[in-house]
Amino acid sequence: MSAVPAAPRAASAEAAAGPEFGLLLVPPRARTGWRVVPARVVAMCAVELQKLRHDRTELYTRAVQPALWLLIFGETFTRLKAIPTGGIPYLDFLAPGIIAQSAMFIAIFYGIMIIWERDAGVLTKLLVTPTPRAALVTGKAFAAGVKAVVQAAVVVVLAALLGVGMTANPLRLAGVAVAVILGSAFFSCLSMTIAGIVLTRDRLMGIGQAITMPLFFGSNALYPVDLMPGWLQAVSRANPLSYQVDALRGLLIGTPSHLALDFGVLALATVVGITAASGLLGRLAR
Amino acid sequence: MNDRVAVECRALTYTFEHGRKKAGTRAVDGIDLTVRAGEVFGLLGPNGAGKTTTIRAITTLLPTARGMVAVFGHDCNTDRSAVRRLLGYVPQQLSADAGLTGRENVELFARVYDVARAERSERVAQALAAVDLTEAADRMVGTYSGGMVRRLELAQALVSAPRLLVLDEPTIGLDPIARAGVWDRVDAVRRATGMTVLVTTHYMDEADRHCDRVALMDRGRIRALGTPAELKARVTAEDPALAAPTLDDVFRHFSGRTLTDAKEGDFGDVRRTRRTASRVG
Repeated sequence: MSAVPAAPRAASAEAAAGPEFGLLLVPPRARTGWRVVPARVVAMCAVELQKLRHDRTELYTRAVQPALWLLIFGETFTRLKAIPTGGIPYLDFLAPGIIAQSAMFIAIFYGIMIIWERDAGVLTKLLVTPTPRAALVTGKAFAAGVKAVVQAAVVVVLAALLGVGMTANPLRLAGVAVAVILGSAFFSCLSMTIAGIVLTRDRLMGIGQAITMPLFFGSNALYPVDLMPGWLQAVSRANPLSYQVDALRGLLIGTPSHLALDFGVLALATVVGITAASGLLGRLAR
Repeated sequence: MNDRVAVECRALTYTFEHGRKKAGTRAVDGIDLTVRAGEVFGLLGPNGAGKTTTIRAITTLLPTARGMVAVFGHDCNTDRSAVRRLLGYVPQQLSADAGLTGRENVELFARVYDVARAERSERVAQALAAVDLTEAADRMVGTYSGGMVRRLELAQALVSAPRLLVLDEPTIGLDPIARAGVWDRVDAVRRATGMTVLVTTHYMDEADRHCDRVALMDRGRIRALGTPAELKARVTAEDPALAAPTLDDVFRHFSGRTLTDAKEGDFGDVRRTRRTASRVG
């Protein structure tokens, strides 16, 4: 890349007479190299947090579904004792799965958001900034993660109120946040990738509805993998949600888990997701 | 690098492909264009004339297989990052985020243009002041009028001190007072900063009043290029019956049809225009 030319211009006398434009005459110094992606991620996450600060309605309404899963499904199956959970109450077994599910539901509709942003001109405007597509997608993916962490905190509080015995260890809770962020980043990238293929909101809504439930039921969120038929176990092993739930269960409840494998798969899935979504982002802009 | 040329297009051609078996639609058909640094240059024409496609090529959004586009000497295909650092862009749609305040909207663009934290708030404040939105800066954008949103988008574009400001139909759907308000700020900022402004519009009266030079586009080609006064003089010279032509007359003279006849555009153009118009109320 050649150097960006300096802006050789002088403010006229009129500028001095009108509003102070001094800084608007000097282009900011560009970040380069590895600093670009973290800076864009921080920018996108800051926007997400600002939006949540202004309007928490979505946070509350999205808490209804996990609350119903825990209250109705969880409480009932705890009494039935129909699902073997290795000696822990079913509600405790279920809570990490519901945290992962609520985070996935937020992330899986990020593709619709990016199509809306395309239609509203927001995406176009961002693509004209010096932001590589991969940095833009990474920013969006981690913004979904930040939103999902806030949502997960609400579900954790709900679960604690229902008597689920969870860890209070700050390190483990930090691990929970990382697992939620990585999982959400992957699912938002999956959604943005599909958006880059189907290009319209209507098609994406149909596909979003079609894949969320199979992803949820084809994971270990509701029942242990050992109970599944062979073919469903294979689906579960290929499903990043299973690794996220396994990590959350190990960190929050203390069940045996495979944290290195779980985080490894989630990180790899996120990288693949970012690569795929970045490659297709240009299709949306055209 | 020639600092006196802001935008240069040579034989720019773009065809939208519809599939392997169908013939594509040639949106831009071999245009040559030079925008001088510091001028306000208008790309005029009806929906579907090729204005937005040209703008998309200049703003690096469309990779062009045929022809050349450069901004201040930087090729828009091969040196995109450098081009983007020189651009401020306001798309046709109302693109500010209604879920944030005006200040937060501008801050986002300060961040993505790498404005250092130490000067971010001051630079954002200056951009908001430049478009006369200081008092409304901390209100949610959802409460802004259409004209205020347009001025906010101008602030978003100005915060990075661009050398080329690209405005795609900046006053579409606005009432005459809001249109005048937007142009007042564009003119003031341009006089103060000396930046180049490239604007597309199909309001000929605005182009006549605010543009130094204009290019009249129709069906993907430039039919005439010059200052509004030059173009009118040419029309009068070629057709003495038109003693005091307007730019509408100039368009009709060079394209062979009126703007009303020509307002076709594809479904996307019409949908975009209507959506913007409905959002500005």
